[in-house]
Amino acid sequence: MDAYTVLIYFLPLGALIAGAAMFTGNLLSIKTKESAHKREAYECGEVIIGDARIQFKVGYYLFALLFVIFDVESLFLFPVARIFRGQVASGLAPHLLLDLAIFVVVLSLGLAYAWRKGALKWD
Amino acid sequence: MMSSILFYGLSTLLFAAALLVILSRNPIHSALWLVTAFFAVAGHYVLLNAQFLAAVHVIVYAGAIMVLFLFTIMLLNLNKETEPQHSLLVKLAGLVAGGMLLVVMVGALRRSSAETASDLATVHSGTVGLVETLGKVLFRDFLLPFELSSILFLAALVGAVVLGKKELGE
Amino acid sequence: MDLVWLLYKVAFAAGLLGLSLGVAAYSTLGERKVASWIQDRFGPNRSGPMGILQPLADGGKLFFKEELIPGVSNKFLFILGPGIAMSTALVTSAVIPWGRPLSIGGREFPLQLADLNIAVLYVFAVVSLGVYGIMIGGWASNNKYSLMGALRASSQMISYELAMGLSIIGVVMLTGSLSLNDIAAAQKGWHWNILVQPLGFLVFLVCSFAECNRHPFDLAECEAELIGGFHTEYSSMKLGFYLFAEYVNMFISAAMMATLFFGGYQVPGLDSLGLSQNVAALVGTAALFLKISVFIFFFWWVRWTLPRFRYDQLMALGWKTLFPLALLNIAWTGLYLALRGFK
Repeated sequence: MDAYTVLIYFLPLGALIAGAAMFTGNLLSIKTKESAHKREAYECGEVIIGDARIQFKVGYYLFALLFVIFDVESLFLFPVARIFRGQVASGLAPHLLLDLAIFVVVLSLGLAYAWRKGALKWD
Repeated sequence: MMSSILFYGLSTLLFAAALLVILSRNPIHSALWLVTAFFAVAGHYVLLNAQFLAAVHVIVYAGAIMVLFLFTIMLLNLNKETEPQHSLLVKLAGLVAGGMLLVVMVGALRRSSAETASDLATVHSGTVGLVETLGKVLFRDFLLPFELSSILFLAALVGAVVLGKKELGE
Repeated sequence: MDLVWLLYKVAFAAGLLGLSLGVAAYSTLGERKVASWIQDRFGPNRSGPMGILQPLADGGKLFFKEELIPGVSNKFLFILGPGIAMSTALVTSAVIPWGRPLSIGGREFPLQLADLNIAVLYVFAVVSLGVYGIMIGGWASNNKYSLMGALRASSQMISYELAMGLSIIGVVMLTGSLSLNDIAAAQKGWHWNILVQPLGFLVFLVCSFAECNRHPFDLAECEAELIGGFHTEYSSMKLGFYLFAEYVNMFISAAMMATLFFGGYQVPGLDSLGLSQNVAALVGTAALFLKISVFIFFFWWVRWTLPRFRYDQLMALGWKTLFPLALLNIAWTGLYLALRGFK
């Protein structure tokens, strides 16, 4: 039985435990009478004004956009990191280091650009 | 045996989730069904022994791009369940475009004979998708594209920053 | 399929889930005890001697609390949110090597549920899914404070995830493997990764605080501004899930730090003692848990020592300090390996 087969059975187990606990909680919990204010949203006891789903700050979106790009870029580094040690051992060190350096420097350039343009500033 | 059960299970999940992406009225539900579909695809990758691709698929698509999608849906407040009715022309155009895509896909699949299909689906074996193979291939054969991809990312980043900053300026 | 093997795996999986939940439950008590010690007061001491039954009492209470779902919320997503948070927290433990293999009746029984060859990426993937629990829960609540908390938390988590991923690359380069088992095995004797990767460890440590939404980065629920943050509307077991998931994540983060940087189950000089394989394996496991406890204690200690960050400071730290430091760490590791010219 290989590791992935074990994992395939294990993954739903987490959800199963969560579901079981939720179900038990539902059975055991007390139920009180409904009242006018019971199921209102709690916003410090104030009367709720409008819907909560309003347009929010665009800054959150911007950071998510930057995250997607850098995330993909950092994932490219994993296969390279994986073989780095073996390749160094076979005497390819300078060549390999240069290749890695170019990639990391271009990545840093991207970060520097975003920084310079103020995209990393939260205001 | 085990593999084919998993294969059909994952495929059913994939189709169901993909259908629900289109059929859900609430865009947030659609987005979550799309995440489910991505999981099913990642499961297929594992079956093909391409574990790295599976992990990357989940990290990039489910963990990054769909988070961006959810942000967009929440940001633009698209959670209205009612959608304006499209005109007949738009519906017709959509039908034609979708039909073309279907023709292309059927055409592509028709050409793959039974032998090549079994070659592609080397279940639980094959080393194409392993991290090590991928790293070596990146270094030996595709070094230039690898370095060029970093330039591509830089370009994408510049685009994102320029667009984002313009939005902020307004 | 071998029946003994199957039973072993089932028992191990059950034990792992029980362990995660048990450690998380007692972390809550430990945290309160440490808090009271730091603040020179008693802390919980009523349920059982020294309050050791407190987690059971707390857990029991959550089961009996009324299930309250706000009328304005999206019911399905409201329940799904904490479910995702809990299940993602629970499944990470599968790939962590808890010790050397035990040998019983001439068979090797590894103390690891699934030795994935991409374990590091698996953990990374599960962590990246943890965002959904918070985002969905906060949005489904339809409460302004919840939404703000959820946005803050998800934005923070994705920002620190980047630096976290990059900080692991140094370790992967050193070991030449993405399997946590290989990474732990490579740190035999005194070859702990921390000696070469102090910077990587620092980045990973700070990021794991942010990923667990722990103090000083708990802006997602900073009670002075946002009532309860993304779980303002939550009560009963669903609230329990969010709180529990935080402690399970803390436990797993501590285990990851110990495995990636502090030798995992390795004890320097253990082999020279001439212990039998099983005893040595158990000593190693005990050492791992000691390392984990130190890190968990550190989590508690920081909570009662540092003030909370402001949100712009938090984003600046993630993007302008930790991200460049993680890149620097990759450059340093590459240079180190190239100069050493490993065999």
